[in-house]
Amino acid sequence: MTIQLRPSRRSDIITGFRHSKLGLTGIIILIFLVGISIYAVTSIPLATFRQWNIPTYWVDYPESAAPAWTNVGMFGPTAAVHTILPYDSSKEILNQTYRGIHTVSRAFSTNFEYGSYPTNFVIPYTTRYGEIPPVLEINVTRPDGLEFRIYYSSLPSNTVLENEGGNSNIDGQETSPQVGQQSTEVQNTYSSRVFSTNRDISQNLRQYIPLFSYTPDVTRPQVMIFSDTQENEILKGPYTFKLTFYFFDEKGVIDDARVILGGTVYGILGTDAFKRDLAIGILWGTPVALFIGLTVAVGTSLIAMIYGITSGYKGGRVDEVMMRINDFFISLPVLILLILISVRYGLNIYLIVVLLVLFGWAGSARLTRSLSLQIKNYQYVEASKLMGESDMKIIFRHIVPQLLPLIFVMIAYSVPAAILAEAGLSFLGLSDMTIPTWGRILNEANAASATTLGLWWWIIPPGLMIGLAGLSFALIGYTLESITNPRRIR
Amino acid sequence: MAGFYLVLIRRSINLIIVLFLVLVLTVSLLGETMDKILTDSIRQAVVTSLIESKIKFQSAAEQQAYVNQQIQLRIKNLGLDEPWYSPKRFLNTIFKVMMLDLGRSYFVTSESGSPEVADIIAERVPRTLLLFGSATIITFVIGLYLGPYLAERQGRTIDKANVFVSMLSNSLPTFYIGMIMIFAFAFVIPLFPERSIPTSSPSDPFYLLDLLYHMALPLITLVILGIAVQSYFVRLFVVNILDEDFIKAKRAIGVPKKKILYSHALRNAAPPLLNSIILGLAGVFGGALLIEIVFDWPGMGSLLYSAITVNDAPIIIGLVYVSTLIYIAAVFLTDLAYSFFDPRIKAIS
Repeated sequence: MTIQLRPSRRSDIITGFRHSKLGLTGIIILIFLVGISIYAVTSIPLATFRQWNIPTYWVDYPESAAPAWTNVGMFGPTAAVHTILPYDSSKEILNQTYRGIHTVSRAFSTNFEYGSYPTNFVIPYTTRYGEIPPVLEINVTRPDGLEFRIYYSSLPSNTVLENEGGNSNIDGQETSPQVGQQSTEVQNTYSSRVFSTNRDISQNLRQYIPLFSYTPDVTRPQVMIFSDTQENEILKGPYTFKLTFYFFDEKGVIDDARVILGGTVYGILGTDAFKRDLAIGILWGTPVALFIGLTVAVGTSLIAMIYGITSGYKGGRVDEVMMRINDFFISLPVLILLILISVRYGLNIYLIVVLLVLFGWAGSARLTRSLSLQIKNYQYVEASKLMGESDMKIIFRHIVPQLLPLIFVMIAYSVPAAILAEAGLSFLGLSDMTIPTWGRILNEANAASATTLGLWWWIIPPGLMIGLAGLSFALIGYTLESITNPRRIR
Repeated sequence: MAGFYLVLIRRSINLIIVLFLVLVLTVSLLGETMDKILTDSIRQAVVTSLIESKIKFQSAAEQQAYVNQQIQLRIKNLGLDEPWYSPKRFLNTIFKVMMLDLGRSYFVTSESGSPEVADIIAERVPRTLLLFGSATIITFVIGLYLGPYLAERQGRTIDKANVFVSMLSNSLPTFYIGMIMIFAFAFVIPLFPERSIPTSSPSDPFYLLDLLYHMALPLITLVILGIAVQSYFVRLFVVNILDEDFIKAKRAIGVPKKKILYSHALRNAAPPLLNSIILGLAGVFGGALLIEIVFDWPGMGSLLYSAITVNDAPIIIGLVYVSTLIYIAAVFLTDLAYSFFDPRIKAIS
């Protein structure tokens, strides 16, 4: 392979990119990926991705829900979008104390416009209260003006803490009473969730049967509440869930409350079988992949440059020995060695970067060497040697600047390989398990047989991101190469 | 030809050094785990034999003393009283592995039920070679035809498209395309089986057909990912050769275009082409191992995966050795072919 070096100026590179569709595509993809990384780092709290492995964090999310944009209703009725109404979105409509009863009421509003009933609803809440247990009342105001009181029950008292609400749940979720005994005063922190399958709700709904022109099914409150009274179909429009706590002392506070309407589609990328929002994993995977790819690429290319130049410039026995070592590194089965090391020690992303650099520089070093051999024999280099310039000066003055375009090409080409290697390790379940990476999402999808269950939204995006990240650098490298070394490509 | 033999000898020495060093690394990484699991299994064996022998003891302390004594005795017999890193044991282990005496596995057994690591791996190697080898050969052959075709049309849309596709397939993980293929051709359009484990037994007369049918999807995946890259390389070198004076001369004397492309240019492009294959082998081999896991193809990759999940150290060591051996042998063979084709090496003599 003959490689012809051509000095290239910065303006050459810019015009070259402007005229190359492939190069422009690469740049655009890279800008897109960098944008995603910046968005992920700045706007998604760090805590969210640290929670990736903690199932309790994702309880409110739907399981294996398709992306919401698939909800076009082309094939049958539109599916209900999984809706989480957070505490911040609720309006405080009442907060008063009258005759020793402290009443706090909050309203959660949503506009229900879908073609299917919600699959269920869950109302989690956390509250603090004194000795006398408060009473919780839940009302639903429907678009037709009817108000159903679906739940009216007292919370467990200080001494007796029972599971409230979750006694007949089908989701297998458990209530989690946390007793936070504070030293100064007797005050409980109590967390629980009211499920749509709660027996009290069906009991309370019984009184509204006469309002309907047919017999609604009280055992499925999510259907009855969202049904028209005249015809057995969905009643679309604004719904308001009102949570009212009656505290019997001044100290009662609501710490948190949410209303979750279960649906089968959610978010821009859907959720996986462990209820995790895939969008968060995919977004956070971007800065991780770019970090690994770029650090490894820069690291290997620098080592390759130093090694190749030294070997080529020194020549003779030094070159011989260095090239034998290089042959050794080229013949190493990198993936197998990485597997071995991770089985023994476990890996984190920094260690992966170090190992990929350690095992990845050899191929490029061979190329740099053959080029520096060429440059060494140029007349002006020999001339400056005769003039007594030091080796260091010759290397940095004459050889490195000549090789610089090639180094950039090498960096660009090494990025996809590094990203792929990390993805491969993650896919084997051997990479850093504390962060979501694209390879790891694919590993979990494969382990949960997402392919044969048809959960395409779990499989396609992560691999596509790996491909896009690699492609952008490969295209940039290709364009750089065709500008700086036109003979090789054309 | 002396230069060729010189290269041959130099490469062989390099091969042995690489193998030896990889083994040293493997044993030093897994030696401790192996020792721990071995002593655990000895303890287990002592306790079971004690229960079976029904020896009566005066006290629990006496029984414990007896058990400990038995364990010490067996450990000494097996030479486990020296640490794994003692020169004697270390070299012994490496020598044993090199001679393919790979010992017994801890958990995984072969399909016929043998716990010998050599048996388990021997069963898997042909299947991996079948998949990896046929994929490489098919891709190579298709590339040889597509490459000159693209070289003739350099700069046109189809050529640019090929560059794009080859960059893309170089960036996409093999296992990912494998998952997509399963989704498309086993779930959406059920043409192929989801899992590539052959359903019939090896004694079945149609076993080979069944094996090939189950191999189809992983093979297609590997070939699809390889074609664009391979034809890109072939095109690259052919284009460079087409610029040479001797090709121009051939054109001038009226040698048909097709013959120039597919015979003269291609033959002269052989050395750099082989070189590019050598550099690409590692990636393809790694990809082949990973794709076995996706498709459940019963080769070395899926064995490695199950060995990792149960931490079966002897299997892992055996697999690392055998796959290094295969990988290095492949590099060695292509390297030899390269030296054979490259006129400069012959000129050394």
